[in-house]
Amino acid sequence: MNTTTSTGFLDALLKDRLPTDQYDWLQSRMKLLNNEDSLRDIHITFGLIPRRLGREDLSVTAEESATAESLVHGWKLSGWSIDMTARILLLCNIAHQTNRDFAALFKSMCQTADLGESISLYRGTALYPQSDELDKQIGEGLRTNIRAVFEAIAHDNPYPARHFSELRWNHMVLKALFVDSTLHPIHGLDERSNPELARILCDYAHERWSASRPVTPELWRCVGPHATGSMVDDLQRAAESQNSLEQQGAILALCACSDPKAQAILRNYPEKARAVANGELSWDSIAQQIDQRG
Amino acid sequence: MMFIDPHAHMISRVTDDYEAMAKAGVVAVIEPAFWLGQPRTHVATYMDYLSSIIGFERFRAGQFGIRHYCTIGLNSKEANNEELAEAVMEILPQFALKEGVVAIGEIGYDEQTDLEDKYFRAQLELAKELDLPVMIHTPHRDKKRGTSRSMDVCIEHGMDPSKIVVDHNNEETVREVLDRGFWAAFSIYPSTKMGNSRMVDILAEYGAERIMVDSACDWGISEPLGVAKTAALALERGIPEENVRLVCYQNALDAYGQSGQMKEDDWLNPPPVDQRGLYEGNSVLRGGREPVIDDNADKHTLNKLIIE
Repeated sequence: MNTTTSTGFLDALLKDRLPTDQYDWLQSRMKLLNNEDSLRDIHITFGLIPRRLGREDLSVTAEESATAESLVHGWKLSGWSIDMTARILLLCNIAHQTNRDFAALFKSMCQTADLGESISLYRGTALYPQSDELDKQIGEGLRTNIRAVFEAIAHDNPYPARHFSELRWNHMVLKALFVDSTLHPIHGLDERSNPELARILCDYAHERWSASRPVTPELWRCVGPHATGSMVDDLQRAAESQNSLEQQGAILALCACSDPKAQAILRNYPEKARAVANGELSWDSIAQQIDQRG
Repeated sequence: MMFIDPHAHMISRVTDDYEAMAKAGVVAVIEPAFWLGQPRTHVATYMDYLSSIIGFERFRAGQFGIRHYCTIGLNSKEANNEELAEAVMEILPQFALKEGVVAIGEIGYDEQTDLEDKYFRAQLELAKELDLPVMIHTPHRDKKRGTSRSMDVCIEHGMDPSKIVVDHNNEETVREVLDRGFWAAFSIYPSTKMGNSRMVDILAEYGAERIMVDSACDWGISEPLGVAKTAALALERGIPEENVRLVCYQNALDAYGQSGQMKEDDWLNPPPVDQRGLYEGNSVLRGGREPVIDDNADKHTLNKLIIE
């Protein structure tokens, strides 16, 4: 089996986990892709996959995670299930083994998808042949109100960092906050941060403060490296928060900020600054606390 | 007590209804594809409707800790628009295998026209091909004859009555439906269908075998607590608790569970994949009576002015 391609790797993951009869069924359905009536077969196979193969978690090993990363930088299999993997394998096979207009098929499948199908369709976006048409549909997916579908695109998916324009990227980060999602699983969060996003997030923090609502500490992660002027004042305000997590986020952001004023503020928090320096306080430690809080 | 409402058009209901149903013990609802009040004129709007009840409505229910299932079909009213009906028949197979589709339905007769008959039969064949149960809508007018005829056609097509739920029964139709081996559902719907006091009389007379209660709540004046209120009234009037459990929970699960798409584990022990944001869990099941701060009691009066 060829595990040097993402398609081959998906196939291997399933072969290692599925009983022979289930794996054989999947193989037999894959053989129908080039038949005359293949569109009907594709829809039926896509619908039958969870019924035939189940919906168990994929539960990958460390070695498998490393293989995924080596094949596509940023590709994480956390949260993948058997049926999702099989559906994405089906889509990859359609893309690579048929003459079908993949982006058009992807669009029509998204339009009639149930929730599990939507999540699978968007989870695999980094593995499909890229095109403007595909990109448009992914933008459409981002407009969902369903958090789990939004996260299929935004979380642990290398596609946005690699392909999104700055406008769409910034919108995605802000929307994550609006739908009560988290930022740390967004691949490329630090690399793609930018001054415009920092400004938008500070404006958003002000809206939250006006409404007496909490501000997630993760927000400051995208602000720190770009903070100047009044944005540094915002970091100071967050550092003075009574909420320990909010304060931790602000301190970390101040540490990442090159504005001299930031360094002056940090002198008021010598212990916290030391915790940052020795690695006890980091965005990872904040992420852990957020995830535990659920 | 846990309840299933096996007939509820939640797409027409507001979030208050979901809250009230969850609080009353409803753990699952089945949303039959039906007419929206305003006739559809294009197959594309029909597709978007089916996508809604498969997708967003299922998600919306999950936020209130209620599991949402649906049935897929061409309803009898719109079967009379032949151009639309033909197009809908073509797209139905694409929807009938989606997650949570527990039957082909609600299908059957409205005015008992030739077109209604044609598409009713075609959908029975589809149900047979896909091995799905069927939910039958019996007509408001000429009900008794329409109900008998619906069952005759099912038998003619070689359908197994144990996979067919005949809905909207009343005192006049129930005997024949049960005698012929079909499931008999009753819609507790004010004014036009059954009242729950009459329903309790039926339970006293016929027992609980193959009988189920639903609300059929929709965009009309209807009662989303129809199942829970009927259960309470039945218990109050001395119907055995086990019979109440059967008609307000278990029978619906047994009938529609034949699709393979609806299991008790869905709400008692949801799979991890669903806990990632698709289903919030039911507060009734999460240790029962969490202290409910009764903020909501005044929600629709001007006594509580603060909106946060």
